[in-house]
Amino acid sequence: MKKETKILAIIVTIGTIAFLFFANQFFDGYKIRIMNLAAINIILALGLNIINGFAGQFSLGHAGFMAIGAYTGALLTLSPSAKQMNFFIDPIISPLANFQMGFLPAIIIAALVTAVFAFMIGVPVLRLKGDYLAIASLGFSEIIRVVLTNLQSLTNGSLGLKAIPSYINLFWSWGFAFLAIIFTFFLINSSYGRAFKAIREDEVAAEAMGINLFKHKIMAFVIGSSMAGVGGALFASLLTAIDPNIFKFALTFQILLMVVLGGMGSISGTIVSATIVTIMMEWLRIVESPMTIGSLTIPGISGMRMVIFSVLLMAVILFYPKGFMGTREITWDFIQEKINRLRKKGKNETLQKDEV
Amino acid sequence: MGRGKLFCLYDIGLGDEKMTINFFMENLANGVSLGSLYALIAIGYTMVYGILRLINFAHGDLLMVAAYAVFFMIAAMVPWWIAAILAVVITAIVGVLIEKAAYRPLRNSPRISVLISAIGVSFLIENLGLVVFSGVPRAVYRPEIFDKSVSMGGITTSSLTFYIIGATVILLLALVYLLNKTKTGMAMRALAISFDTASLMAINVNRIVSFTFAIGSSLAAFGGIMWALKYPQINPLMGVFPGLKCFVAAVLGGIGNVTGAVIGGFILGIVEIMAIAIFPSLAGYRDAFAFIILILILLFKPTGIMGEKMTEKV
Repeated sequence: MKKETKILAIIVTIGTIAFLFFANQFFDGYKIRIMNLAAINIILALGLNIINGFAGQFSLGHAGFMAIGAYTGALLTLSPSAKQMNFFIDPIISPLANFQMGFLPAIIIAALVTAVFAFMIGVPVLRLKGDYLAIASLGFSEIIRVVLTNLQSLTNGSLGLKAIPSYINLFWSWGFAFLAIIFTFFLINSSYGRAFKAIREDEVAAEAMGINLFKHKIMAFVIGSSMAGVGGALFASLLTAIDPNIFKFALTFQILLMVVLGGMGSISGTIVSATIVTIMMEWLRIVESPMTIGSLTIPGISGMRMVIFSVLLMAVILFYPKGFMGTREITWDFIQEKINRLRKKGKNETLQKDEV
Repeated sequence: MGRGKLFCLYDIGLGDEKMTINFFMENLANGVSLGSLYALIAIGYTMVYGILRLINFAHGDLLMVAAYAVFFMIAAMVPWWIAAILAVVITAIVGVLIEKAAYRPLRNSPRISVLISAIGVSFLIENLGLVVFSGVPRAVYRPEIFDKSVSMGGITTSSLTFYIIGATVILLLALVYLLNKTKTGMAMRALAISFDTASLMAINVNRIVSFTFAIGSSLAAFGGIMWALKYPQINPLMGVFPGLKCFVAAVLGGIGNVTGAVIGGFILGIVEIMAIAIFPSLAGYRDAFAFIILILILLFKPTGIMGEKMTEKV
């Protein structure tokens, strides 16, 4: 990293922390909720980007791993009495019934449980490539959902879990988001990260260079999925009520949208796009609620948000196939280059005007 | 709307019913009719994959398009058979438009980009469906000739079961004729082998690809219409699971191979119905069967039943 980029990163970090303190003091609950969601989405999108963007393994199973993380986190933090209230059809299996722990250990365990599942799923699935891998991972994510719906005495089936303690605040969510960003940064710039990129560019060549393909693919898959687990646990704490239907393919689609928009293989691009997409998701609620302009009332169109997002995804993939950042990062040089280009453009325009 | 007792799938085997020959045959007939729907839809996947090496994620959603087209036309007092034909035409047009808008511009891009575009199209259709048709499920009118109960060789089932199987056989024969005996079919087979060589042989690539999408989509439309007759509740997301399952059927049979898709479809349909008939407690896991089959087949015989071995070129 160049010195200027380092300084830039430090300034942005300090600025964000200062903004978090400010927001924590002065923002209302709704805005804080959106900010929490943005942080969670950053974690989720970075996880998916490690698998899809950096290692080039196209996984569509993120929602399933989120579900595992969310359920683990929720079951570990729910108090025994709340569990009794939740499980009124079938009592919960015995060791979990009288068990409760704090938020931090619960999240760590959620990450570990998700990692174990990701490993078990990854070993067979990562033998596949490209679109087969995509469908198989999507299939597994659906299987996870079906199993969650049917394991009445462990997950409470389709009724879901309610009254999950809401430990989450800006410092938890953004703390984990910062951890995820720093971790991803060091991972990608380590020899493992370089191996991931080599596999993405050309598997055969990477293997010829002595890279153990399977080991690195599994590693990327497990790491990315356990980040989904962490995101899921935080998500459960934010929602306070979860059921298997939340973790449908639509959720994976949202995260995929963030990754594709920001650029598959760009950390800073993912962070920016995850934040923007989260805010847009909320902001576009305007479209769905009725509007009154003068005496004219336009009825809200529910579901319009997802239409807009699907069009957005298609437009990006058709016109900017690499997303807005591609595999580049927002660095000092990148910003300077952009500014220079803008200046040149301005100069050219004034020149042209002079000629006329 | 007199739903045949057999179509309430979860009733099967829940009572004291023993595994008699009749019970077996009735379920088999049901499984074959579900399998023929899967087969019809799987052909579209396999034909597109054979030519473009692309999973057309939006293929399942064409089912929904066809079902809603029929629903609205019948609501507008169009006779049901005219409605069905028009719905097939509409769906074929939608299929061709999808290819033109979302896949053709990306023909030379990395496959992942095309896959993302396909996911985008599929989501767009589903959500447009939710916006335009609303999420409320609607009941499709079932013409009376499909509602009779038929007894044959000791088993009793709805006449629809036999109509579905019969229609599928006719459509499959027509498709086999098209692929093997006509010039267009020959062009399609040539494209599946090599794009470049085919275009050197004066085959209009874009036209044949459009035609493939039209054929695949109209088969999906037939599937969708019969699906709506068999399970007469339609909603904008009805195509998602059949779509995914039929992709599994295509992989099971060997993707790119039309015969394989048909075999895969029948196997999947029969396995799904029979497994629940024999083990009623598994009913909740019904939607997971297909994916378990998919993962097993990908692990042990990734080329599928009829597929040829593909080697990766460096």
